[in-house]
Amino acid sequence: MSGAAILELASVSKRFEGLVANSEVSFSVAEGEILGLIGPNGAGKSTLFSLIAGALVPTAGTIRFAGADITALPAPERCRQGIGRTFQVPRSFDSMSVLENVMVGSFVRSSSSSAARAKAAAVLEFVGLAPRAASFAGALTPPEKRRLEVARALATEPKLLLLDEVLAGLTPAEARAGVDLVRAIRARGITVVMVEHVMEIVMPLVDRAVVLDIGRVLAVGSPAEVVRNEAVIAAYLGERHRAA
Amino acid sequence: MPHGEAATAESFRSARVRRFLVAALVFAALALSPLAIRSVYLQNVLVLTLLYAAVSQSWNILGGYCGQISLGHGLYFGIGAYATSVLFVTWGILPWGGMIVGGVLAVAVALLIGYPCFRLQGHYFAIATLVIAQSGLVLMQNWDFVGAARGIQWPFGPDSWWTLQFARAKTPYIEVSLALLVASWLATVLIGESRWGYWWRAVKDDALAAESLGVEVFRSKMAAAGVSAFFTAVGGGVYAAFLAYIDPDAVMSFRFSLLFALPAVLGGIGTPWGPLVGAAVLVPLGEFSRSYLGGSGSGLDLVIYGALVMAVALARPQGLLSLVPRRRAAP
Ligand SMILES: Nc1ncnc2c1ncn2[C@@H]1O[C@H](COP(=O)(O)OP(=O)(O)O)[C@@H](O)[C@H]1O
Ligand SMILES: [Mg+2]
Repeated sequence: MSGAAILELASVSKRFEGLVANSEVSFSVAEGEILGLIGPNGAGKSTLFSLIAGALVPTAGTIRFAGADITALPAPERCRQGIGRTFQVPRSFDSMSVLENVMVGSFVRSSSSSAARAKAAAVLEFVGLAPRAASFAGALTPPEKRRLEVARALATEPKLLLLDEVLAGLTPAEARAGVDLVRAIRARGITVVMVEHVMEIVMPLVDRAVVLDIGRVLAVGSPAEVVRNEAVIAAYLGERHRAA
Repeated sequence: MPHGEAATAESFRSARVRRFLVAALVFAALALSPLAIRSVYLQNVLVLTLLYAAVSQSWNILGGYCGQISLGHGLYFGIGAYATSVLFVTWGILPWGGMIVGGVLAVAVALLIGYPCFRLQGHYFAIATLVIAQSGLVLMQNWDFVGAARGIQWPFGPDSWWTLQFARAKTPYIEVSLALLVASWLATVLIGESRWGYWWRAVKDDALAAESLGVEVFRSKMAAAGVSAFFTAVGGGVYAAFLAYIDPDAVMSFRFSLLFALPAVLGGIGTPWGPLVGAAVLVPLGEFSRSYLGGSGSGLDLVIYGALVMAVALARPQGLLSLVPRRRAAP
């Protein structure tokens, strides 16, 4: 199931002025696996995605992708090399149709519009958004917008896909469909790192999980190992208590 | 509704055929319009309407499609007008060549401005273009070689298509302005359906998301700025030939920068027909109010434009074109 490391983080830190969002984060992702990135709100999961995808520059540390150091590469170059990502708060191109949104992604691999259009239509079919292809992206429902995020990223033909809470806020039926979609994506040979807040959804789906808390790695391991981890239980219970 | 790759390609093709058929009809009607509009005054208004539509379409490429609002397109217009006039008056180079030279010069200037500005966030680009265009205006007012504030008078000569000089006839200027409108419309639509066009709109809607999808944001803005500046400068060259006299205020004052942005905003920003629709409302309105309410110095026409654009912005942010019912979003 898991091959060589496709992504390696070594002591990656990100500081916003005074606030440390990621601190000395080190772990690697094996080719072909589904890795869950979990942790309470504000743990630094989305920030870490931005560091991997190149939207933010780490304050320290190195990021290697497919064996090469990509720490200094800009986001579009990382996309060309095969890193796709979604945004926790969907960032659709609202003046464009759903199909056109996805075409922006497919233009990474083909400069011909008709090829990009055909590719985008196929991706929409794959994620189940084809009936909405002609709608304006701004008119989509929140769950549809999440699917569009996934479709756009898939259209770039990523080797590694970073999914940021794409299953959050869905009804149980929608969440099950989402889980199936993630499995189908992996079946295409795409490595997946997914941020999910809700352990109940993510644990059955992932091969391994990394738990972040206040910017640092709390635990790495199989879902079974992680849920038994004392530090993890404390962090989550701590959060439940704060939320209550 | 059917979907899938084949259906998508088919519906795109038929929408495209429809779009080009409509364009052919509209442009043919405009080309023949001098047969119906005989009054010299109205023909004059038509020249200006088409010219403003063409230049506003050029502005629309950068402002409407790529989302970079320029308040300094008067600079490129002036560069085109001056290049065409200086080359013709000083060296006898035909205006057709002068327009191209002006276009290339304007592209160079646009890229020089874009290089530092497009890395900045927020409204710096709009402010920078305004300041740079005003500096350009002051430069021209004081540059003796190009006539400083006195301007440049084109020599009188026989009516000729070569020199684009016609003492009385307005029809040639209508056709040339229309040709420029067709060219900028085609550039907008053809580039708009290529990868660049998708990149431009992605940059406008959400640059961060665009970058994550491999869009080169900086290069997209530079390309849009270059294409936009080129057609704007050619428009300046046509305008100079039409007036046969230019001075800095007559071709590059701030009112031009404003008047290139307004038709697109009024008609429908980021749409291929918005600039023409907006110009068809604004230019005649401005000309008539000037004729009946007093000279251009009062700035009353600008007040009227401003009020109209504000009203549309409040009631119909997508512009007048959004009043036309659409089948559905183009795929
Ligand atoms: N652009 C930013 N500027 C300043 N602080 C930020 C920025 N982005 C995130 N943060 C802060 O970094 C911390 C981690 O945020 P985030 O990565 O979004 O967490 P998570 O996705 O795990 O909920 C939070 O305290 C957040 O407020
Ligand atoms: Mg987050």
